[in-house]
Amino acid sequence: MTDITKGAIAPPRSFLSQDAVQLFYRLLAALLICAVLAVLSDSFLSLGNILNVLRQASLTFFIASGLTLVVLTAGLDLSVGANVALSACIAGTVIHKTGSPALGILTGLACGGIVGLLNGIMVTALRIPSFIATYGMLWVLNGLTYWYMAGETLHGFPAGFRQIGSGYLFGLPIPVYLLLVFLGIGTMFAQRTIWGQEIYAIGANPVAARLSGIPVARRLLLVYAVSGTMAGLASIIFLSRLNSAEADIGESLTLPAIAAVLIGGTSLFGGVGTVFGTFIGALILTLVLNGMNLLSVSANWQPLVTGVIVILAVWLDMKTRRRAQ
Amino acid sequence: MREAAVVSEPNPLQRIPGVAMVLVLLIALFSAIAPGFLSVANLSNVLVQSTILTMLALPMTLIIMTEGLDLSMGAVLTLTSLCVAIVSLATKSMLLGLGAGLLVGAAFGVANGWLVAILGIPPFVATLGTLGMAQGLSLIVSDGQSVVGIPHSVRDIYSATLLGIPVPIVMALVTYAAFHGLLYYTRFGTYIFALGGNREALRYAGLSPNRLLIAVYAIGGAMAGIAGLLMTARMNSGHPTAGLGLEFDAIAAVAVGGTSFERGNGWLLGTLLGVLSVGVLRNGLNLISLPSSVQVASAGVLVIVALFLDGLRSRA
Repeated sequence: MTDITKGAIAPPRSFLSQDAVQLFYRLLAALLICAVLAVLSDSFLSLGNILNVLRQASLTFFIASGLTLVVLTAGLDLSVGANVALSACIAGTVIHKTGSPALGILTGLACGGIVGLLNGIMVTALRIPSFIATYGMLWVLNGLTYWYMAGETLHGFPAGFRQIGSGYLFGLPIPVYLLLVFLGIGTMFAQRTIWGQEIYAIGANPVAARLSGIPVARRLLLVYAVSGTMAGLASIIFLSRLNSAEADIGESLTLPAIAAVLIGGTSLFGGVGTVFGTFIGALILTLVLNGMNLLSVSANWQPLVTGVIVILAVWLDMKTRRRAQ
Repeated sequence: MREAAVVSEPNPLQRIPGVAMVLVLLIALFSAIAPGFLSVANLSNVLVQSTILTMLALPMTLIIMTEGLDLSMGAVLTLTSLCVAIVSLATKSMLLGLGAGLLVGAAFGVANGWLVAILGIPPFVATLGTLGMAQGLSLIVSDGQSVVGIPHSVRDIYSATLLGIPVPIVMALVTYAAFHGLLYYTRFGTYIFALGGNREALRYAGLSPNRLLIAVYAIGGAMAGIAGLLMTARMNSGHPTAGLGLEFDAIAAVAVGGTSFERGNGWLLGTLLGVLSVGVLRNGLNLISLPSSVQVASAGVLVIVALFLDGLRSRA
């Protein structure tokens, strides 16, 4: 368990060889799915559908990008979906009460961030395994949200606010621009900053990371807070696109986000993966679900397919890494 | 640092304080503030309502003892409950319904065990995946609707009594006795302790940890099948969200009951007391008319506190 040489034997990670090949395979998979869908369905290649896929993928990506950092540290955040629901309901209430979208957005982000910070405290200070701590948090948040909403639905938000999720700029949906921005920030942060590199180091070998002077607990707190804040951001997009908020909106968000991270090649065992991979993962998952939709497969099949994809993704990851060793 | 496998029953005196104190405190609290809590009718209600959870929490204890976890239990229970409803509706036979539920539950259990043991996928992700699969299958077989009009023979299981004791309680007691016997008095039980405490020792003893692990998860799935029968009987219907989140109550009961998530130490009686604690908590909050949402949140808090205390104990 406390082997400080773990991860040290492997050759240094080079972003242009191993990871680039992995990403190339995933891009190829995405293109293949596109080709199959284009043959099977006439409406797949329509501009409207492609923009729809991008918009849908961006929502999954916002949640999954923060989650990627958590998984890079060999942790997991199962509370993201419930966090989106609570943040959306609270942000929606603030907008209704004050009439100020800016205040609502800030509250949503803050709510998400605080929940993430609490997750981080449970993992670092209380030393509860992350999947159990965030699973407990999931139910605490569910309870809070249902109690707070008491069966009500919030809806009807200012037109300006609704532009964030449903508006267009130069022919592209606004969430797509946000996706590009956060893809850039996430990649820069993980790949080009010291903090990002320290996060990889913690995931690869926490003991060695601690011994080499990395403030592990503080970095973990940061990672969980970022994951929560990104859930808060997703809640704002969600709120403004649906123009309504209910207590149960988060239930179908967690599994797809985890699936996107894992399809994207981020390893559950920590230290391996990229934010860009997660973007490809979100795209692949959205393409599959969109394709099922176009081929008029009932939405009831979505959890089943997502579950199979999660397991397949982990299994493939483990297989390729075993071969690499 | 792993301890050697603990073979005999651990000294109860060391553990009783934690979970028994929680239970006594909860009972005292609700006796004081919830009118009608101490009535015989209400207390027997708590017991009957705890039976489904007992059937999930006991196998969950074994699974957690192997340093595993089964997040799919609630979703599998939902699916088996629907299977019981659909098959008993079609064949008019309670036993065929139970058979279908058992079969589907055990199949999911074997699948979980296979993913964890043979493919080596971390349990919480493997069972998260099968959670999605069971949830999806539930929606598919029921088309998102309730299955109603099931035969009386199914419903009667929940309301019938045996020697004056409600049948669900009899079933829960038999289940407890079976698990107690299995864990503390059979070789298989000893192996379960070793699965969590010292897997290497099993290998040196010429046993296959993988097959044992699959068996443990299969038991969990099969129990979800039996619990599915009770759930269908209790709701007098099959519903595609019937078992939502029940795996969490089971994990809460196990955690409160003092089973450790890291060292292969399990205590079945503690789990039983944990189940009663969760049951009393839910019933009491219900009696003082707090909404069910608060009950959901309270179970979450219960788990986090229990694990925190467990962490303190293991560091001490």
